[in-house]
Amino acid sequence: MLSRLVLRAAPAALRALPPPVAVGVLHATRPLHTTQQSLAPVPPLPEKGGEVRHGVIPEEFFQFLYPKTGVTGPYMLGTGLLLYFLSKEIYVVNHETAAAACILSVIVYAIKKFGPNVAAFADKLNEEKMASALAMKNEAIESLQKAIDEEKKEQWRVEGRTYLFDAKRNNIAMLLETNYRERLLMVYNEVKKRLDYQVAMQTLKRQKEQEHMIQWVEKNVVQSITPQQQKESIAKCILDLKALSKSAHAAVHEILYMSLAFISGILLSVLVFAIIFLFRKSE
Amino acid sequence: MAQPPVLLKDTKLMDVKLGQLGSWLAMRDFTPSGILGGMRRGYDRYYNKYINVRKGGLGGISMLLAGYIVLSYMWSYSHVSK
Repeated sequence: MLSRLVLRAAPAALRALPPPVAVGVLHATRPLHTTQQSLAPVPPLPEKGGEVRHGVIPEEFFQFLYPKTGVTGPYMLGTGLLLYFLSKEIYVVNHETAAAACILSVIVYAIKKFGPNVAAFADKLNEEKMASALAMKNEAIESLQKAIDEEKKEQWRVEGRTYLFDAKRNNIAMLLETNYRERLLMVYNEVKKRLDYQVAMQTLKRQKEQEHMIQWVEKNVVQSITPQQQKESIAKCILDLKALSKSAHAAVHEILYMSLAFISGILLSVLVFAIIFLFRKSE
Repeated sequence: MAQPPVLLKDTKLMDVKLGQLGSWLAMRDFTPSGILGGMRRGYDRYYNKYINVRKGGLGGISMLLAGYIVLSYMWSYSHVSK
């Protein structure tokens, strides 16, 4: 960084120096920042300027003459000088003198009347400038302070990193576990499907074999029934049916007779009671 | 007087004795850059004493105006005197 400063300062120095010396400057190293002085902080402005009496004569003049002539010395000097200039016509009295006198009196009156107001106004302007500059400085300091606090908080947050990573590790472990179990389930399902397929194949095969056997047996049985046997079996069936029908018929007649007898008995009794009743009634 | 005797060329004008005035004047820097430096120093002194302050007063500029009036009177004296 020092070399960069020297390089930046070198052209300016070269311009100021006469040519023969320029060659030496480039190679020599200038001592920088050897004194204590620095530009910041800037010393504050003095509060009031140098004292001026009557607006035109600095106070130092009065102080300079005070030891020898006391308080009235400079005034006596002024009066004497004035009279000398007037009498010797070094200061000529003409129309400009009257004009100067009027102008000066007006100026003095105006200053005496409006001086303090103008001063106060100027002071107010200055105050506002200072206040805004101070406000900016304070704002900058505050924002930097806030930045520092934020930084400290971030540093504190960093300490919690371990917990964060533990939680993340747990999450990942759970994810892995879930994935593993999903795949396990998939494997199980696939294997089950294949085994089910095999089982279904076997049952189907057995079913088909059974059906085929049954059909084959039926077919053979039906084939084995010759027409002769058919006629014999049909005749036998008819005989059996007839026998059954007879027994069924007889049974039917029996029921008929029994029911007729019952109904007639009831009617007879009802008739007898009716006759007795009527007989009793007519007595 | 514990300090070593100050060199003549470093003394201020007010501390120069009358007899040394000639040699003091001869020792001053009268090159153009020296004169410019002297003017800049004078300006800086006046500015920092009377104008570059918190509560500058009237004297700062009125002294300059008075000086200007006196100087212009001196330049036009031959025209004014009949």
